Amino acid sequence: MARYGFVFNVERCNGCFSCFLACKDEHTGNCHCPTCAATTECINLKRIDEVQYGSDDKVKVDYMHYVCQQCADPACMKKFPNEIYKRDDGIVIIDPEKAKGKKEIVDACPYNAIVWNPEAQLPQKCTMCAHMLDAGETVTRCSEVCPNAALLFGDLDDPNSEISKYVAEHKDELEKLHPEFGTGPAHWYRHIPKPFICGEVVCKDTDECCKGAKVTLTCDECGTARTTETDFLGDFEFRGLPTNKPFTVKIEADGYKPCELKARTKASVNLGEIFIEKA
Amino acid sequence: MEKVYVNMTTGGPISVYVEDGKITRIRPIQIPAEDYPEPWKITAQDGKTYQPPKAVRVSQTIMTERNRLYSEDRILYPMKRVDWDPKGERNPQNRGKSGYERISWDEAATIIADEIKRISPKREDGMYDGHAITAITGSHHNWGIVGYKMAPFGRFFGMLNYTPILDNPDSWEGWMWGAPHMYGFYWRLGQPEQFDLLEDALKYTDMVVFWSNDPDSTHGIYSGQESNIWRVWIKEMGIKTVFIDPFYNYTNAVMDGTWFAPRPGTDTALAAAICYQWFVDDTYDHDFVERKTIGIEEFKAYIMGDEDGIPKTPEWAAEKTGLQARRIRALAREWASKRVALGGGVRGGEGSACRAAYATEIARYIIALQAMQGLGKPGVSIWGACMGAPCDFTWFPGYAEPDSQMGKSRAAEHKFALTNPTQQRLYRLTYPEAIPAGHGEFIGDGFCGQSIEQQFNHHEYPIEGKIKMFWRYGGAFMGTMTDTNRYAALYQYAGENALECVINQDCWFSGETKFADLILPACTNLERNDLGEFSVSGGYTTHACIGNNWRIIVREQKAVEPLGESKSDYDIFTLVAEKLGLGDVYTEGKDENDWAREYWNLSELSQRMSWEEFEKKGYYIVPVPENYESHPAFRWYYEDRDCDTQDYLNPKIKAANNMNTLEPTEHSKELGSYSGKIEFASESLKKLSPDDQERPAVPKYIPSWEGHESELYEKYPLQMISPHPRFSFHTHYDKHASWLNQVPVHRVMVNGYAYWTVRINPNDAVARDIQNGDLVELYNDRGSVICAAEVTYRVPKGVVHSYGCCAKYDPLTNEVGATDKGGCVNLLTNARFLSQNVPGMAPNSCLIEIRKWGN
Repeated sequence: MARYGFVFNVERCNGCFSCFLACKDEHTGNCHCPTCAATTECINLKRIDEVQYGSDDKVKVDYMHYVCQQCADPACMKKFPNEIYKRDDGIVIIDPEKAKGKKEIVDACPYNAIVWNPEAQLPQKCTMCAHMLDAGETVTRCSEVCPNAALLFGDLDDPNSEISKYVAEHKDELEKLHPEFGTGPAHWYRHIPKPFICGEVVCKDTDECCKGAKVTLTCDECGTARTTETDFLGDFEFRGLPTNKPFTVKIEADGYKPCELKARTKASVNLGEIFIEKA
Repeated sequence: MEKVYVNMTTGGPISVYVEDGKITRIRPIQIPAEDYPEPWKITAQDGKTYQPPKAVRVSQTIMTERNRLYSEDRILYPMKRVDWDPKGERNPQNRGKSGYERISWDEAATIIADEIKRISPKREDGMYDGHAITAITGSHHNWGIVGYKMAPFGRFFGMLNYTPILDNPDSWEGWMWGAPHMYGFYWRLGQPEQFDLLEDALKYTDMVVFWSNDPDSTHGIYSGQESNIWRVWIKEMGIKTVFIDPFYNYTNAVMDGTWFAPRPGTDTALAAAICYQWFVDDTYDHDFVERKTIGIEEFKAYIMGDEDGIPKTPEWAAEKTGLQARRIRALAREWASKRVALGGGVRGGEGSACRAAYATEIARYIIALQAMQGLGKPGVSIWGACMGAPCDFTWFPGYAEPDSQMGKSRAAEHKFALTNPTQQRLYRLTYPEAIPAGHGEFIGDGFCGQSIEQQFNHHEYPIEGKIKMFWRYGGAFMGTMTDTNRYAALYQYAGENALECVINQDCWFSGETKFADLILPACTNLERNDLGEFSVSGGYTTHACIGNNWRIIVREQKAVEPLGESKSDYDIFTLVAEKLGLGDVYTEGKDENDWAREYWNLSELSQRMSWEEFEKKGYYIVPVPENYESHPAFRWYYEDRDCDTQDYLNPKIKAANNMNTLEPTEHSKELGSYSGKIEFASESLKKLSPDDQERPAVPKYIPSWEGHESELYEKYPLQMISPHPRFSFHTHYDKHASWLNQVPVHRVMVNGYAYWTVRINPNDAVARDIQNGDLVELYNDRGSVICAAEVTYRVPKGVVHSYGCCAKYDPLTNEVGATDKGGCVNLLTNARFLSQNVPGMAPNSCLIEIRKWGN
């Protein structure tokens, strides 16, 4: 049997909101019962948060996509087994007839993926365009319009599907959103925004950018180390770091004294200009 | 029963789903995979072969097309202002204040025809001398060559012998007024050719520099999001990217490129310092400079300070730009060591830096930088990173081609756009003053695509006589032009030269609509038949289809009946023409379908697919030939060959066979500058404008007339840039498509009102006690606008970013100059021209202050 899901490649997403708007076009005023009743203008079955991090001229902007995670073991269904069911293809459906008037369903999702439609008196969420799949289509409205191929949709159970091949190829870089909720979310995320540490290495004697310096980042807790090289501007960065961990940054350049700095990833850390001295 | 139609928009082709006479959803055009021809293939420097997906990627705004169609802002009935009486008091002072009453189409057309007759003497040939009528359009509220502004509008007003208002090149000012003096291309209004540069970049480029270029937001103009995937390839291939922009723009964000944020208006200083470093390090392409350029010694004299005693060192530039000298030097060195594609905007030119004081200079510096590195060498180009895909170039007219203009086309018997004898002209940037003053002068012909000399043509108003009727069509200038309270003030002016009759014809209520005496409801291209090619404007941008993965021409099919009593523009003008006794003259007996068929048949494409077949199928995808030969822009020039690109307006090559064949002439190796070469010191400026210190022969850094070095900076210490927008197209889609209010980075909902966003650096915000999401007032001596603050490092200290092109003009009172809460930041911008002899607009030279609103 199929199990549908998405891959959200955060690094590729440019925040165009095409998916968000296509979703509105599909659902606003359009009834797709029995899987989804019509929504109204202010109802968004998908949420996209712009995430800005870093500081000064070392800033990053990413977009996080939040939709129903089509969990294998949905918390909402556990609480509302009469109103919510899971189809054979893994899509979780809130029955628009049975759920009418039950605002409490909104709170049953740990991912906050259910929204309340006050006009229709309905809890609503993403159905992965189940009505389109039922009509024989192979795309959702959101995945169809992504210009950067940042949003993939398909059958995760079919090893030959594009999405399965992608998941297999990039397994190490893929994560689930809040796996600790224990509900078995279907979707994968690549490059969820995480703190980064960056800086700019300057040769103190010449006041020139230090290109090609070796920079080593070591976690003071676990001892894991990563290295990189400064680019033509003397810039370096380490992305995808765990939150609130202590790190040591060591800079080594030929003919210069090595230099060490400390940084804690409460948020991203821009170490700014780091002047290294002649050996 | 669901029916599916096809249509075309500013952001790409669509499929329109209709049930019970109502559009239910709109998707990118649905074409079965087997119907797509073989996609082009490019083998890149990483050894991989890249091919586009068999799908079309339209602009994000297009997802709101249904929402916009059924907008509450739609104008549904003809209306007349209650206190405007064409037979009595006209009360111009009440424009924008008094209400409207509904009238019938017959009443509206009769009033208009009577007004035209009243102010236009009958000529001997039975036509009207309509010099007292003027009219102007916005651009791109609709798409389709039968219905576009140059068609019914152009034909109607040409027939009336009206006074045209010339458009300024508002998106690429510095390029049009500057670049031709260095390398020609006046026939492209200063923009460089972009042919086959995608392949060139994927194969040979080591680094792409985006200078004031944000293709992920501005989409190669009409190419939707077709090119996004190219930039994904570039990034994932590991090609380095550098972004030079005071705003950390959206393309920068997704490509994670290195960011340089010079102070607005100082781009030229940065460029000059890069040139300085290349001279000092001797890292420029001597061979190319010697062979293919002139004036390098004069240029070098300026850069090295021999001329003015100021060497343009990185240290000097650091002081101007706010950047670090060592980073400027490092950038220059990296650049010289690599093959760089440099884009100054989506079409090579454009970009916010070229809409600023003295912006002719940055356009010329972008050419200078690439000329010093051998422009046209493999991998070295002026490339906006969103055009230059392989393409079959079989000619089909874009809307700006003479052949698709109803007043010029071979399909028309009477070529009214060519026969209007009225000599007087108004100019879009100055008519708000010229009309009330009863006098105006300006230089240049607006779009100067015929010659370099055309930039110096002198116009005076009036010649035939003063304007009495103003017909405004599609859109509003409050959100797009400069110091835009001027446009409101014109309507309410009640003196001797007051406008007697103002008509506004549009699909939606826009910022200017409420100033009209008569409002005419037009329908959209979803409510009428038309045809059009994806992204192709034609005219001065030949073959814009190279911004797409797929070249698609669509038979635009009427999906629903026009809403309310709205009519197609063609039908509206026909109705008025009938009342003037010119109905048959105007239509030549043709309806919109007849025009569409004739345009199709004018093109060679009709030999590949008959009109009947095209009508039935709804679209035609032009396949790229299997043996496609790439002819990259400027390669011919670098290699000293005849021009071999498809640049068919280039007068140095000869277009024949209905634009499909290009033949060399004895000048085909030359550029369009006076010398035929790239001119570091401009021969045309030396001859035509010899004493001009503000656009001198050698391009220079000239401190902005409204920037960090000007006196006003003390009073208004924030530099505001207002680039082209991300979630609207010009002013279109914003406001009318209310779904966009839910996009949190477009507008911000505060107390139930969707406010325009202004971006401000945390340091500047703290100093003003402003927090993220606060309502703030942007103000200077010209105006005041309320926005919602986004506190962000995406702008450096001292810089404020708020998109231009806001559609909502919502002043707190009806008085001109009142605080606007809609978000038209153009109310704040300076109407001053780029420079003394350059009549372009400079919205990105604007000083303001910001304070919390409501305190």
